[in-house]
Amino acid sequence: MLILHCPCCNEDKDETELAPGGEAHLKRFGPGSSDEDFEGYLFGRENPKGVHFERWRCASGCGKWFHAARCTATNEVFGTYSAQVTEPPKKLRDVITEKRPGWRWRDLS
Amino acid sequence: MSTRLATGGRLIDRSKPVSFSFNGKKLKGVAGDTLSSALLANDQMLMGRSFKYHRPRSVVTSDGSEPNALFNLGREGTFEPNARGTVTELFDGLEAESQNHFPSLEFDVGAINTKLSRFLPAGFYYKMFIHPRPFWKHIYEPFIRKSAGLGKAPKARDVDTYEHFYAFCDLLIVGGGIAGLEAALEAGAAGLDVVLFEQTAHWGGRAPVDGAVIDGKQADAWVADALTQLDAMPNVKCRARTMGAGVYDHGYAIGYERLSDHAPGEDGPRHRLWRIRAKHIVTATGSIERPLSFAGNDVPGVVLASAARDYVVNWGVSLGDRTVVVTNNDDAYRTAIALKEAGLNVPVIIDARAGGGGSLAERAVAMGIRVENGKGIAKVKGGKRVTGVEICAQAGEGAALEEIACDVVAMSGGWSPVVHLWSHCGGKLSWDETHAMFKPDPVRGPIGADGKAFVTTAGAASGAMGTGDVLADAQAQAALAVKAVGGKPKTAKAAVVEEAEAAAMEPVWMMPQGASYKLRSKAWLDFQNDVKVSDVQLAAQEGFESVEHAKRYTTLGMATDQGKLSNINGLAVLAKELGTDIPSVGTTTFRPPYTPISMGAIAGEARGDIFQPLRKTPMHGWHDENGAHWEPVGHWRRPYCFLRDEESVEEAVNREVKNTRQALGLLDASTLGKVIVTGPDAGKFLDMMYTNMMSNLKVGRCRYGLMCSENGFLSDDGVVARIDEDTWLCHTTTGGADRIHGHMEEWLQTEWWDWKVYTANVTEQYAQVAVVGPNARKVLEKLGGMDVSAETLPFMAWADGTIGGFDCRAYRISFSGELSYEIAVPAAQGRAFWDALLEAGAEFGVMPYGTEALHIMRAEKGFIMIGDETDGTVIPQDLGLNWAISKKKEDFLGKRAQERMHMVSEDRWKLVGLETLDGSVIPDGAYAVGEGVNANGQRNMQGRVTSTYYSPTLDRGIAMGLIHKGPDRMGETVTFPKVDGGEVKAKIVSPIFYDPEGEKQNV
Amino acid sequence: MSERVFEGLATVSQQPQRGMVTLRGDLSAAKFKKAVAGVSGLDVPGMGACVAGDARTVAWMSPDELLLMGPHESVGEDVTALEKALKGTHHLVQDVSDARAIYRIEGAACRDVVAKLCPVDLAPDAFGPGKFRRTRIAQVACAFWMPDEASFELVAFTSVADYVWGVLNTAADPGSAVGHFA
Repeated sequence: MLILHCPCCNEDKDETELAPGGEAHLKRFGPGSSDEDFEGYLFGRENPKGVHFERWRCASGCGKWFHAARCTATNEVFGTYSAQVTEPPKKLRDVITEKRPGWRWRDLS
Repeated sequence: MSTRLATGGRLIDRSKPVSFSFNGKKLKGVAGDTLSSALLANDQMLMGRSFKYHRPRSVVTSDGSEPNALFNLGREGTFEPNARGTVTELFDGLEAESQNHFPSLEFDVGAINTKLSRFLPAGFYYKMFIHPRPFWKHIYEPFIRKSAGLGKAPKARDVDTYEHFYAFCDLLIVGGGIAGLEAALEAGAAGLDVVLFEQTAHWGGRAPVDGAVIDGKQADAWVADALTQLDAMPNVKCRARTMGAGVYDHGYAIGYERLSDHAPGEDGPRHRLWRIRAKHIVTATGSIERPLSFAGNDVPGVVLASAARDYVVNWGVSLGDRTVVVTNNDDAYRTAIALKEAGLNVPVIIDARAGGGGSLAERAVAMGIRVENGKGIAKVKGGKRVTGVEICAQAGEGAALEEIACDVVAMSGGWSPVVHLWSHCGGKLSWDETHAMFKPDPVRGPIGADGKAFVTTAGAASGAMGTGDVLADAQAQAALAVKAVGGKPKTAKAAVVEEAEAAAMEPVWMMPQGASYKLRSKAWLDFQNDVKVSDVQLAAQEGFESVEHAKRYTTLGMATDQGKLSNINGLAVLAKELGTDIPSVGTTTFRPPYTPISMGAIAGEARGDIFQPLRKTPMHGWHDENGAHWEPVGHWRRPYCFLRDEESVEEAVNREVKNTRQALGLLDASTLGKVIVTGPDAGKFLDMMYTNMMSNLKVGRCRYGLMCSENGFLSDDGVVARIDEDTWLCHTTTGGADRIHGHMEEWLQTEWWDWKVYTANVTEQYAQVAVVGPNARKVLEKLGGMDVSAETLPFMAWADGTIGGFDCRAYRISFSGELSYEIAVPAAQGRAFWDALLEAGAEFGVMPYGTEALHIMRAEKGFIMIGDETDGTVIPQDLGLNWAISKKKEDFLGKRAQERMHMVSEDRWKLVGLETLDGSVIPDGAYAVGEGVNANGQRNMQGRVTSTYYSPTLDRGIAMGLIHKGPDRMGETVTFPKVDGGEVKAKIVSPIFYDPEGEKQNV
Repeated sequence: MSERVFEGLATVSQQPQRGMVTLRGDLSAAKFKKAVAGVSGLDVPGMGACVAGDARTVAWMSPDELLLMGPHESVGEDVTALEKALKGTHHLVQDVSDARAIYRIEGAACRDVVAKLCPVDLAPDAFGPGKFRRTRIAQVACAFWMPDEASFELVAFTSVADYVWGVLNTAADPGSAVGHFA
């Protein structure tokens, strides 16, 4: 039963108020893309034990999507941040590096 | 015999008698009794039968860890099985029955199993009931079902109510013993918001029974003082009869409050489930005494040493006149002393330690109690009651040195901290060699959201033993907890405690150490599930070496008590058999709840009328009063049809279809989703959402649209209306409004966040009525107002105006193939508008129709239905909807996926109409069989039915289905086998059975 | 919508229809603020807040959405005025009065009653007048605020008005006092 801080309404939200949205920062491939790229976009997902970036929606709150960085092994939450970015902010990545030196996620570290 | 003593009993009020019954027999107890103490006071030692061998069973404990004294309580609407008598507070009129006996508790047929016990070893069921296979269903399964479980399942509806409560606090303290109280005093003084739970009705835990003296005060007085201080702190909330049941991620914890179990019939809920978010949790959950493994340790009268003194001190009940105490530690001497002080006979204390005990032992000797060091019990004599014990050398093999007559054996194998709540969310344990126990490892606690441990243990739960250690630990841990939530500890001065000087305990996992197989196969580990030392040894020999496997194979530690007494002894036996040490074997997983909680508490308020939200349209009341035969559609209830007089559902549906096609039908279409999409980029956005082009829709016009997921699969459909230059209104399916609105917002917020588009789900702002049939225009014109003529409001147009004085928006759209208007009015006007249509429509033969008539009429027209023709694997191209897929657009959601190899394959199953040769109706869900068989020898499939109905319009069965290369096979016949062995043959035809040219809707 | 009253731990009542307008736009834009002020006489509330005037209350729904509540009879005028004031800007104005049921929970135990149904910290130092919270009540979406120290007002969707009435009645059962807050 997680608690995540919604950055859009500045409330700590109970997991029962949220809806999960899977992996963050997927790059969309549309018509004209190769089969490999499209397959990766549609089906290729990280499955890390450790640092992970996810999408969540403040479903029974402000209705906005946001991102969360979480450790899948301990449920430690490193931070939540805007949904309107294509990668986690530098500041958050630094926090994670401090707590989990040597972390890797896709091509981020 | 067990009886009420003339004096004593700190928890009872002898002046208040309480009547209750056990197995139909009327008995008397007193206020403050538990069911167990009251039964013992009435010399009712026999309380139940064990699970496998139906052995006679009585209490072993005096608390929540009790494995044996389980009862069926109450009757009918208040019936509850597996209630532990030790924690059931007695009340006037309580009705209890013993469990697992036939025909009676005193004489039980199943007890024959105990004579057969050597044929019923560990894993017996797994070994016995495998072969021959055909026996399983008719012989083995009924047999196992009959013998499974102890209590009976309730049959009547629960008459009680339950509720939840959400609470938030800085610190949750679980356990109201002296450690929990001390921690609460510390945290309260530091200004924290504290919630303190105690599972029993009494505060102070064991300290008052054990005769602790704190700061010169008797424990009872110290506890009363502490409560007074806590009561004065507005930031501390104490709750008795509330058990900390579970600890979960991020400081979430469950509390189980039993409000009226002790006083049934009172107003209000029976249980309350506390759903707590705590910044930090302190578990001051105490410890549990362990049994010793000796032959006959399950005979009624063999109890934990702590329980024997609890019954005397708390309830003034003696279990018998002569109590033999057997121990491997000093604490059990307290029992001997308490019993002696109560005037009872303690013939001997058998101490397995060669060196004997410390200062308590000296005191016992001084009181004249005989103490035998280095000795053990070889076996207990007696069947339904202890009659004596054989004493032997602990180091030997069990040769009897002496037989001592007694009627109670009080045993103590040491104490284990209650680590359950610490462990629920991942707290790790370490092995304490000195006290032979697993205890919380403070540096490996459960991790919270901030990456730091959020649980701390205090007192005996940390592994502290004496009163002084317990209080010191509670104080220190509370200070740490205060710091953990950012507070400043104001540590008071340490308590001064008179402590007895204790000699070290010595682990005794088998008594005597070299017990023969005969003795080991009578030495119980798990009293509830009848698991003996020999069973665990057999499991290890057969290769069940993992503790989790051994548990499941032997049933050690399963069922209601979850091995609270048996686990550690079982682990020790397993470790010895495997030639390793206990920490290497490890423990089984501790899962919540700590002890069983009621299903009602979990459900909370969600039962009866408010089990689930039930969504109602503005016309719901009319439907309800006019024969609606309800159908659930998501959380909505929609009329399936309206029953009149004596007609059947089928007759009503046929009547509604015919009347709508011939005269005038009304459909409550309010449940259809309505989403406003507006902004400079709304057109561009909708072109991405829908497969067809929406940006070029003209203001005032409607277009049917399809929505796909990125996988290409059809997910929703509906009519889109362009309201103004920047604004569209998108209709969704009944179940789809929230989902589609969410889908739109997801793409806007997470992919195209720079597009200027706002959406709003306005589904419930409007009531919508479909006015359908040849007389549709007549009734609207009669009501008067806006021009609804074919010229002004042609097919697939919409307009705002008034009808019959109601502000409305009229859409010329049809899902039935008839002349049809869907009229939206503000929801609050919905019922009045509906009434006006009925009144005005009377002369035109108006009749409301339900969802089934709607389904039939759309199927007659070959219109697809999301959820019938689609199932999450169907693309629009499969349904012949290519006309609704834009070829001009470069991109839309699902377009790329629809170009994948499998999606463009010639071999897909595609939509066709199916006309049965004999006019019958193809059964729902039927599959069309093809040539040959598959690898499993089953007939190959070449399609399936998606919608199938009797068409009252055509007086024959009609269907749609997905058939392999269907549209290329017009005129071919396919075969659908039926469940009854018969088959239906159907010709592949166009899916449009009615008015293929659309002449009726476009008038 | 039927008005009704239940006397229990707290007084629960379903209120007469109120004018409610969903308003989306750039909350920080001068023109937007002016439009809100023009209709309500109130400032745009901050995150998680609501502001109340004599006749109207404005609540913060999300970073680009407000809920304007006022007399039901003037909701049409409010919508027209807002549309006029926001003309030329990217915005959405929608009358949602008929889509909302509104309840009042009054009395010393009001916090206890709401805390049985909503997973929100209702301690006086965590929630009180001036704040606005969207969450769930039992199994459906809702939003609530406190007009004063001893009462809540709560809105939910009309279709589940009976369900919300049912759960509020159950939570306010006279025999079910909790005594956590009161």
